[in-house]
Amino acid sequence: MTAVEFERVTVSLGSRVVLSEVSLRLEDGEFIGVLGPNGSGKTTLMRAILGLVKPSAGSIKVLGKPARRGNPAAGYMPQQRQSVRSLRLSGWDFVASAVNGHKWGLPGARAAERKEIDWALATVGARDLARRPLSETSGGERQRLLLAQCLLGRPRLLLLDEPLLNLDPHHQRVVVQLVRQLQKELAMTVLFSAHEINPLLGALDKVLYLGGGRAALGGVDEVITGPVLSRLYGSEIEVVRIGGRIFVMSGAHDLEKSEHRHDAHL
Amino acid sequence: MLTYDFMVNAFLASGIVAVVAGIVGYFLVLRGQTFAGHALSHVGFAGATGAVLVGLPPLWGLVVFTVGAGLGMGVLGERLSGRDVAIGIILSLSMGLGLLFLHFYTAYATQVTALLFGNVLGVDSETLWTLLLLGAVSLAALAVIARPLLFASIQPELAEAKGVSLQLVSLLFLAIVALTVAECTQIVGVLLVFTLMVGPAAAAGRWTSRLGRGVVLAAILALAEAWTGVTLAYYTDWPTSFWITALSAAVYFASLPR
Repeated sequence: MTAVEFERVTVSLGSRVVLSEVSLRLEDGEFIGVLGPNGSGKTTLMRAILGLVKPSAGSIKVLGKPARRGNPAAGYMPQQRQSVRSLRLSGWDFVASAVNGHKWGLPGARAAERKEIDWALATVGARDLARRPLSETSGGERQRLLLAQCLLGRPRLLLLDEPLLNLDPHHQRVVVQLVRQLQKELAMTVLFSAHEINPLLGALDKVLYLGGGRAALGGVDEVITGPVLSRLYGSEIEVVRIGGRIFVMSGAHDLEKSEHRHDAHL
Repeated sequence: MLTYDFMVNAFLASGIVAVVAGIVGYFLVLRGQTFAGHALSHVGFAGATGAVLVGLPPLWGLVVFTVGAGLGMGVLGERLSGRDVAIGIILSLSMGLGLLFLHFYTAYATQVTALLFGNVLGVDSETLWTLLLLGAVSLAALAVIARPLLFASIQPELAEAKGVSLQLVSLLFLAIVALTVAECTQIVGVLLVFTLMVGPAAAAGRWTSRLGRGVVLAAILALAEAWTGVTLAYYTDWPTSFWITALSAAVYFASLPR
């Protein structure tokens, strides 16, 4: 079974071509790290899979069917916004807002929905966070709640957009391990975008590296190499491996680190 | 106090409006759209004065203008979000237009204070029925969209992915806000709409992190502030709107140290 299939997909945002004739096949049940510089299309790729962005050419299939909005098989954790951090609602209400949130009518969970919320909270180990306001949770705790929210409806495909943003290295490790564990337990395909490959090493099955409108998919050692990345960045890239860590360098400049720092200031 | 008809009407009118404003205001605060609510009330000023100029009841001018502007804001949607300058300029333009309409119809100038600062003691039974009808429509519409509205307010990108039309929800909600604003204007006037729509809801949001309790608390606070305000006005002979704003501010600031 193929989880996601792109066939010569071109996606443009305004006049900018973000993905250009990208073809790829993501197998079911894999943990895929999505990497690439800012603006390389990591978010756009996910939004295209969700049917939120229509490709100008080519076709996208999700679990064998054309990509469409409202696909219950796809779970999504958007890049976190500031407003979530200052929300005074309880963790429970935050997670619950997503249960059948697309249906008209009054909010408030029915028995079956309450069970589903309890299950999701328990699965990510966030039961004790349910009563606290979101504004009083730490970055790591918030990620658990966000994960619980996108597990609702038991998706087979999970799209996580930069879940490590603004987390310290310890919490980054915790989140990556949690996602890996969920991915195996629930037999899901996970797309996990990040600025840096290192926190994901050891957890991921494949890397999907985006850059210059193109994509490279494969194992870490196949994709994170000088020649492949030079092609994606359109400039000379050197890949340095030190003590089990990988550094993507342009000249003396650590590219992934600088991307990260740039974003942390936003 | 309750032997006077105008006092009974004042309690009923402010009660209806306070409950609606508290509930709708809770979602307004949650969405961070309080400034849009404020702007809508100013658009209403132009509507009310314009209506008088052409010989229509000011309340209907208010309703038409605020709902029209609310729908306009909803259509512009994302393009308008965070555009405080654009909203502010429309707000000023509306007040300017209102002034122009008054200039052409000077006989109405005496009513201007009522429009700007409210006149709850002057509510007649016909207005009362209109308020009840508008309030019922607002709450019924809110009940229909509440679930997707909440989802879209908290997690817009996820809601969109799950099939919620952010624009439709935003459009309907701003229309509801506009109706509520038009109602509030009858009690506290266009300049003080914040006091019933935002003050109680913001305080409720600080006192409880549970959604259901927050909505109920916002309605209770608004009701308590409105009725206490009317009562205090009766015994002090100071303006009702002053008392309501004072209570609203007191409750909000009491909620802060937490």
